This record gives sequence, structure tokens and C-alpha cells, in this order.
Amino acid sequence: MTFYAVMATFSPLLGGCIAGLFGCLWPIMSMRLCQIITTGFVFLSALCAFFLFKKVGLDHTVIVLPLFSWIDMGSLQVVFSLSIDTLAVVMMGIVTFISALVHLYSIGYMARDPGISRFMTYLSLFTFFMLFLVVSSNLVQLFLGWEGVGLLSYLLIGFWYAKPEANLAAQKAFIMNRVADLAFIVALGLIYAVVGSFELPVIIDNFSLLKSTVFSGFGGSVSVLEVFCLLLCIAAMGKSAQIGFHTWLADAMEGPTPVSALIHAATMVTAGVFLILRCSALFEGAPFARSVLILIGALTAFFGSMVAMTQNDIKRVIAYSTCSQVGYMFFSAGLLGYAGSMFHLCTHAFFKALLFLGAGSVIHAFSNEQNLWKMGGAAKLIPVTYALMWVGSLALMGIPFFSGYYSKETILEIAWGSSGVLGSLAFWAGLLSVLFTAFYSGRLLFLVFHGKARADERVMAHLHESPPVMIVPLLILSLGAILGGYVGYGLFIENKHLFWGNSFNTHFEEVILSSLHFLNEKNAFIVHVFPQIMALIGLFLAFVFYIWKTTIPGKLKKQFYELYLFIYNKWFFDELYEVFFVKPLWSCGNFFWKQGDRHGIDGGLNGVAKAIYWFSESVKKLQTGFIPHYTFVMVIGLMMASTWGLLQFSNLSFKDVFESSKAYFQGSCVLDKQDAVKPCFQKEDIDDRNR
Amino acid sequence: MDIFDGFPLLSLLIFLPFFGAVFVFLIPQTPGKTEKNIKNTALFIAGCTFMFSLLIWGQFDPSLGSYQFVENKEWLPGLNIRYSLGIDGISLFFVLLTTSLIPLCILGSWESIKHQQKEFLIFLLVLETFILGAFCVLDLLLFYIFFEGTLIPMFLIIGIWGGERRIYAAFKFFFYTLTGSIFMFIAILFLYFKTGTTSIPDLALYPFESSLQVWLWLAFFASFAIKLPMFPFHTWLPEAHVEAPTVGSMILAGILLKMGGYGFLRISLPFFPEASYRFAPYVCGLSIIGIVYASLVALVQRDIKKLIAYSSIAHMGFVTLGIFTFQREGLNGSILQMLSHGVLSSGLFLCVGILYERVHSRDIEAYGGIVSFMPLFSVFFMSLILGAIGLPGTAGFVGEFLVILGTFQVSPLMVVGAGFGIILSAVYMLGLYRKVVFGPVEKIRFQKLKDLSMREGSLLFFFVGCMFWMGLYPNSFIGALHQPISKILEYYGRQQDALVPIFKMKNSIVFNEREL
Repeated sequence: MTFYAVMATFSPLLGGCIAGLFGCLWPIMSMRLCQIITTGFVFLSALCAFFLFKKVGLDHTVIVLPLFSWIDMGSLQVVFSLSIDTLAVVMMGIVTFISALVHLYSIGYMARDPGISRFMTYLSLFTFFMLFLVVSSNLVQLFLGWEGVGLLSYLLIGFWYAKPEANLAAQKAFIMNRVADLAFIVALGLIYAVVGSFELPVIIDNFSLLKSTVFSGFGGSVSVLEVFCLLLCIAAMGKSAQIGFHTWLADAMEGPTPVSALIHAATMVTAGVFLILRCSALFEGAPFARSVLILIGALTAFFGSMVAMTQNDIKRVIAYSTCSQVGYMFFSAGLLGYAGSMFHLCTHAFFKALLFLGAGSVIHAFSNEQNLWKMGGAAKLIPVTYALMWVGSLALMGIPFFSGYYSKETILEIAWGSSGVLGSLAFWAGLLSVLFTAFYSGRLLFLVFHGKARADERVMAHLHESPPVMIVPLLILSLGAILGGYVGYGLFIENKHLFWGNSFNTHFEEVILSSLHFLNEKNAFIVHVFPQIMALIGLFLAFVFYIWKTTIPGKLKKQFYELYLFIYNKWFFDELYEVFFVKPLWSCGNFFWKQGDRHGIDGGLNGVAKAIYWFSESVKKLQTGFIPHYTFVMVIGLMMASTWGLLQFSNLSFKDVFESSKAYFQGSCVLDKQDAVKPCFQKEDIDDRNR
Repeated sequence: MDIFDGFPLLSLLIFLPFFGAVFVFLIPQTPGKTEKNIKNTALFIAGCTFMFSLLIWGQFDPSLGSYQFVENKEWLPGLNIRYSLGIDGISLFFVLLTTSLIPLCILGSWESIKHQQKEFLIFLLVLETFILGAFCVLDLLLFYIFFEGTLIPMFLIIGIWGGERRIYAAFKFFFYTLTGSIFMFIAILFLYFKTGTTSIPDLALYPFESSLQVWLWLAFFASFAIKLPMFPFHTWLPEAHVEAPTVGSMILAGILLKMGGYGFLRISLPFFPEASYRFAPYVCGLSIIGIVYASLVALVQRDIKKLIAYSSIAHMGFVTLGIFTFQREGLNGSILQMLSHGVLSSGLFLCVGILYERVHSRDIEAYGGIVSFMPLFSVFFMSLILGAIGLPGTAGFVGEFLVILGTFQVSPLMVVGAGFGIILSAVYMLGLYRKVVFGPVEKIRFQKLKDLSMREGSLLFFFVGCMFWMGLYPNSFIGALHQPISKILEYYGRQQDALVPIFKMKNSIVFNEREL
């Protein structure tokens, strides 16, 4: 079993390294080889993950395999290990499976790109870091995978490095994540200061310590557990592109389409949700952090689906859809519905990968066009892609018997069943998002495949179905999108205590879900039927707007232009950040550099140097070269020296001299202290003084 | 250890480069003929020194708490000043850093130094002797001599082989550091007249009165803070880096700055614990300000070298922050941060040098799209940039991470400040990389750019390899640091409770056992 665990985790790394090496050494020769190697290793990993799933997930064993000690400092111990429980193995399965299909797809999609070896290498390493994150049992290792995922996303988004927008988008993604990671780092510091270990089991064992230790100040107190969970929540928001940190996700669409599929379905965006689920036992005791989760999740679900309705770029529509769907997972986790959250993560992985790869196929067919308004009427020309996109969209909308239906309904049930304002808020936000989701999905489908062709003739003539290497992964994913919900529901939700075992602390969830059984008929209608009705309304509206009465959208846009602008510009988050963060930082930097360093510090130092220079310049003027001047100076010097000597050997002080000379100049030359001026070289006198 | 008993290993190590320099000096210089010989000789000597230091590492016993390879000879018998050498875990790694960087520097200057190569190599070897001396001596007067001695070859390296404003930069560098050191010298004299000894281990045991400690601490601080450099004593550094030749920058950032941090660890903390305590909040505050300040300034730089210089200042902020938390994690972190910065910054300066040799510009805007012509270079450059950002798995992360763990235990608020610096480091470093390496290829003249030569490639490979080694297996360093850090912390450990109120934690944040 350990063999499978090691192979599943490390074979993408191995494949990536070999391909990277080959790619460096023989760039042209090895293109095909690199594709085969990386894809092969990821498939191997998926196969091993499948066996692991069987062993860990179905036979309920847990694998713990220490690898090596990273830091051993007495008080601080960090051991890297593979620790695979049910949660990890489900995640591994999803990651490796989706990644393998994306690898396969990329062979076709990137076939003409000269950097394909590099691309495949990055994909494999991306997969590896995600797996490394998933199998970690301590937070430092998790953080390593976390940052590795961030790095590879940076490299992949900026894959087409000649495109300035792609580079900017990549940088934005990295920095946005970095900001959220600050919360992670602070959380690490906090947990170390209190518990003294990063091992998750140890942290969970110290649950009561964390809960009873409090920060107090500013007239209130808050438990360390709350703060810790809140920090993790912020970190997760960054990776999962929740509202506030979502701006990188849409820009990330500058990267190649398979990357988007991988980021959204399996390897990056889900990392945030995974982190929360991994720490579910801690979130249990942090009601405030969970409220934040619910609020953020509900808001993002609403926001993402709303913005997606107005976007014109096919990939951006799907990107905002991800934002919104991850919002569902967030609030479900916040409402203690961990199994529901994980279930939605799995089904979402299938249909989102399907949608993205399908979108890639569409973009491929339309000669790299991404604008929805320059497509249309493609249904008959690319029938397979068309059918598959419908499958993906129906699953996304939550139409019955597609996978999204099961998971979304589970989440809405949880929201409905949980007491409190936030639960109902999440429910209604989720319900409204269902409407929006159906609308934008329908809009996308109708604009791309129906109506009249808006692309120019050359593009239309060239319109073609993708090669089999791209279609086969789509077909496999569509199977998942159709059947995944049914299979998953039986496994993840109905038998959840048996299946998840100790992965989730499902104590509270049980209470909530059992209360569901007592819902009366009327409420059951709201939970079970209402979402479907909303979805159908959304789809119908999209049909009306974009097929039947195509003038309506324009009119609406004119009528509510401000609202449209607000939504179209994604609630002006980017602009706000520009004004509040980017510009002030740059002006600060400039100010510090020019005023602080150049004028302040260097100016002061140069001032000192100038003062010394000025002084010596003045002194220099004494060196005239004329003997009379020197003689004069010498005489003055001698006089001063003799005066000093006289004063030394007399009882007079400078004050006496001063006063007497004042008196002298005022007209009386009489010294008061006649006896003061003694012959100074009398021996006994000196002896006297010495005594 | 046995076979080397009584054998002056350290003296040999320190003076080997010096004798090498003398030997190089004796090689007659015939233009066009002997240059190769001179370079090979210098490289051979530096390589031997490196091997020698590896031998010392092999013989070093990390479990011992005392100084090892100790040599103690009469030097100025009437004055009770002795020639005493010895290393512990802390010095060991700085010695290794020095001996490994100097051969790389010689290789780095293989083609970039066009004139007076012989003199250059002589200065380089002499500089190595001084640096090694400073890290190995156990006598304050000797320490001062070696510490100050490094100024002379460095001054000449900047002044003779530097850029356009080299004279200004060299003088600024020299006077700035000298000013600080004068205070240190006065303090050393004072210590000598007060205690009658200049032996570092003896002085570490001497109980100074608290009022005295304050003044002495400040005098040493002046010297080390300028050397490190800490905000606001940092303005010499960007200037010196910009004007210094590539190799000069490599040594300056890679090793010379670390002498400041080493001084804090070897002198300020053990000699003046009370004063260190008293000033710790201020030093930590200055470090945080320095980190944020330097990062912000780095953000707006257009000169690549200046940007890296400012990033160095920010990274050094982590060093002082870690030292003055008086936590095991913090001290370990700051030492590892110094080591990693030694590798990273010199690697980065080498990268800049490689670019400069090809394009002859340090202006970021003059570049763009390099990756199309220099893919291998871009890979190495990227790795080093990632290290500088502090990505987990690279050397940069370990230091910063440990410092942050240490800092959190004294003040969580400061972690946020330092973390702000970490974010900014990603902003400016990735911005630099994006503008220089990525982007469309508009500049036609870049078409002729050659990728790394074998020499440059293997040099960078070494840097990147070291970086990953330190990042992935920091245990190889932490083991030997345990004893010396315990020794430093002996005093502070007893004062753990007293430390907390310094940071006013009791007022704002209290950890106590209370139910919510």
C-alpha cells in the first residue's frame, strides 16, 4: 500500500522532472517524448490513486508514512510525511483523474505550441504540488504544497510570456495569493506559539487548549481557535478566489485553456476548500469564523453568478461560475456540511473541467476566438462539443439526475435545515444563484451554438470538430458529469459516517441533517422543487433573451446602465484596489526613496561632509605663504601660550584676568589682588602648591 | 579530531589565501601570456581553501558546546593580548560561506574584469583572509583588525574596477563603515582598560554594570548596524552595489554584510545581555521599519542592481529581527537567513552581471523578452528570484519562517509588519522578472544574445543547488547551530518572563487560561 501512496504522490514529480530535463537538453527532439512521459506518469498516478481509494476509502484504513525530518530543532519538529485518510484519498482521486485527462487533452490542444514540453512539465509539477498539499498531515508541509501550487499557477498563467497581459495576470495571481498567504503564515506563528507543533492531529488534540486560551484586549476577548480559523479562512479565500480575493481568477484566463480547467476543477481553487475541510475539527469550535465562511461563501456565490451573466468572454463566464460554485462549498462548510461541501467539490470538478475543456474545444474551433458575440450557430458544425457543453451546463445548473443536482441540492438542504439567520441567508443567496447560473449557462450555450453565425466567413469555413485526443477526455468527463452525482450521493452522503470516518468531525452535521427528516411537506417543496424551478426559469429567460426576443438585453442594458456597468466591471474591485493599495504603495515607495533616502539620510550626511569641507576651506585661508603673517600668528600663539602658562602657575583664574582687563580698559589699571602676582618661579612656592 | 590535535588548522585556513596572494604577486605579468596562469593559480588557491574548510567541517563536532580548533598563542605578551582562534557552529557556516563564495567569485570575474586582473585577484585573496580572520578570531583586537581590514581591498575593488561614479561610492562605503567602526574601536579600548583582556570568551563572562553596558552596546551597535546595514544607516549600500563590479557586489552582499550580523551574535548579545534586552524593542522596531521601507523603495527602482540592493536591506531586517527576539527559532532563523541571503543575493548579482556583460545596461526598462534567447539563464534567474521571495522549498523560506515563528512569540503585531515585507518582496521581484525576462521581443539587438556559457551555467547551477539544499534539508545546518545558540540564550532563557513586558504584550494581548 505504501508503494501506491508513494507512486501516486511522486510520479507526477518524476514525470515533470524527466520531461523538464529533456525539454532543456533537446528542446525540439523531445516534444513528443515529453508529452508521453508526463501524461504517462500522471495516468500512473491516477491508477495508484484508484487503488488507494479502494483501500483507504472503501476498506477504511489510514496510511501514514513519514518521509523525512525537515527541521529538527528540539522545540520545533517538522516531519514531512504522507498521510492519507478518506478525505485525502478522495481529493487525490479527483486531482489525479482530472489532471490525467487535462494532460491528454493538452497533447491535442497545445500541439502546435513550441513550448509544449515546458507546458507539460508545469502541468505535472502543478499536479504534484497539489498532491503534496493533499497528503500532508502538518501545516508546514501543506503550506509548501500550497505555495508550490501558487507558483505553478503563476508559471502556467504566464505561459505565453510574450503576451504582456498574460504576464500581468500571472503576477496578479501570485501576489493576490501571497497576500492571503500572509494570513496563513501568521496562523502558523500563532499555532506554534500556543501548541508548539504543526501536526494536525496534535493541534486537534489540543482543541480545548486552543479554545480556552484567549486574546484579550480592546475591551473584548477572543479565543485563539477563532483567530486561527479566521486566518485559515482568509488564506483559503485567497486560493479559492472568494470575494475580495477573486480578482486574479478572471485575469488568469489569459493562460492556456487546459490550465484554466486544471486550476478551476482540481488543483488550485479547490485547495482553499480542502484546507477548511482538513481543519474541520477546528472550525467546529469557532462559530465566528464559520459565520464568516457562510457570509463570504453566500456572497461569493451570489456575486460570481451575477457577474458571469454580463461577461462576454467565454472563459470569463466560466471563471466567474467557478467563483460562485466555490462559494457554495464555502458556505456549506461553514454550516458544518463538510460532506456536502466535498461532494460538490467532486461533482464540480467533473462538470467544470468538462465545461472548460469544452470551451477550449470551442475556442479551438473558432480559431482562437473567445468573445461570445463573435460566435454563434456552431451547433451543427461541432455536434460533439455542442452535446458535451450541454451536458456540462445542465450539470452546472443542477437539473435533476445530472451530477450537480445531487450536490447542490445537498448543500441547499443543509442551508435550509440549519437554524439561524446566516443559514437562511445562505439558502436564499444560493437559490438566487441557481437562477443566475441557469441564465448565464443558457446565455453561453445560445450565444455560441445557436442563432446566426456572427464570426466572419473565413472562421466559419474553418470551423471543425477537435481531434479525438481532445474529444475523448471530454467524453470521459461527461460520464462523470452525468453519473458522478448518483454514485457520489450514495457514497459520500447516504453512508457518510461510514465513508468519511474520522476525516470530518461530523458531530454537529448529524444534528442538522437529521432534522431535515422532520421537514414538513411545504418546506420540502421549497427545498426540493424550488431550485429546479428557478433553474428552469433561468434557462427560459436566457432562451427568451438570446433566441426569441434578442432586443431585450440591449434595452435592459440601456434602462439600467449604471447597474450594468457595476456588474460588468465586477463591482469595481480592481479599480478600488488600484486606488487604495497599488497607487499609495508606489507613491510611498517613491516618497521614501526620494525624500527619505536621497534628501533625508543622504542629505544629512552630505551636509555633515559639506560642513567639514567648509571649515577646512576657511582654515586653509590662513596658509597665505607670507612670512609676516606666519610671524604674526606665531606671536599670537606665543602670547597665548605664555598667558596660559602664567595663569597655570598663579592663583589667578581666567575670571580674574577678564575682570582686571575690563577694569584696565575702563581706566583703572590697579590690580585688586596685588599679592596675586607673585614671582612664579620661586621654588618653595611651587612646592607649596604641590602640597 | 585526533590527528589534527595541536595542528594550527585555522591559521592555515586564514593565511592560505594570503600566501596565495603573495604567490600570485610574484608571477611576472606578461600581457597576453600569463593572465591565464594567474587566474588559474588564484582559482586553485581559493579552491584549496574551500577544500580545507570542508575538511574542517568534517572534523567539526556539533555536539560540543565549546569553541573548537582553538589556537592560543602569545601575541603582545606585555599587554595580555593573545592571538587566539577558534570556531563554533555559527562561525563554521560563515567560514564555509566565505570559502565557497570566493572561488565562485574568481570564476565570476573570469572574463568581466578586463584590466589589472592580477591586482584584482590579489585583492580578492587578501579580502578572503581578512574575512576568514574576522569569523575565526577569539580576540577583540584581532577581530577589529580583520573587520576593518576588509575595508581596504573592498574599497580598492570598488574604486578601481567599479562603474562611473565609483570614486564617490568607494569613499561613501569607506567612510560610512569607518565611522561606525571608530565607535567600536573606542569601546574595545575601553573594555581592555576596564577588564585587562580582549579575549572574547572571557569577556562574555564578565559582568558589566548596566549603565556601562548601554554605552558599550551602542558603540558596537553603531558599527554592526552600519555594516549590516540597518535602516537608517543603509544608504551606502545601494550606492556601493551599483558602482561595484559584479564580483564586488557578490562579496559585499554575500559575505561582508554578514559580518554585522555575526558581530551581534558574537559580541553584542553575549557581552551586554541587559543592554541588548533594553534595546531589543527598538532594534526590532527599526528592523520592521527597515523591512517595509526598503521593500517599498525597491518597488520603485529602475536600476536592477539598486533593486536587489534594497531587497538585501529588507532581508537583513529579518536578520536583526530574528536576533533580537532572543528565541531559539529567531536566532536559528536569522543565521539561516544570513546564509541563504549570502547564496541568493550573490547569485542574483551574478545574474545581473551576466546580463550586463551582454546588454551593457542596468536599466530594467532596457530589457524585455530575454527568455526567448536565454532560456537556461531565465530558469536559473527564476529560481533565485523565487528564493528571494521566500518560497517554501527554497533557502529564503526557512530563514524567514523561523524568524517569524520566533517573532510571533514576542509580538504578533510585528509578524504582520514583517509579513507585509514578504508580500512586497513578491511584488518587486516578480515585477523585475516580468519586465526583464518576459514580455514581447521588441529589441532587435537582443537577437544576438547568447545563452549561458559552460562557466556561467555551472556557477549558477551551484548557487541554485545550494539554495534548494538549504531549503529542502535545513537540518544539515541546524544541528551544528544548536550548541552555540543555547550558549547565547543561556542568559536570556532565564529572562523569558521579563522579556514579554518589554514588548508591552501584557497590556494588549494576554495568553491566559480562561474559558470564553
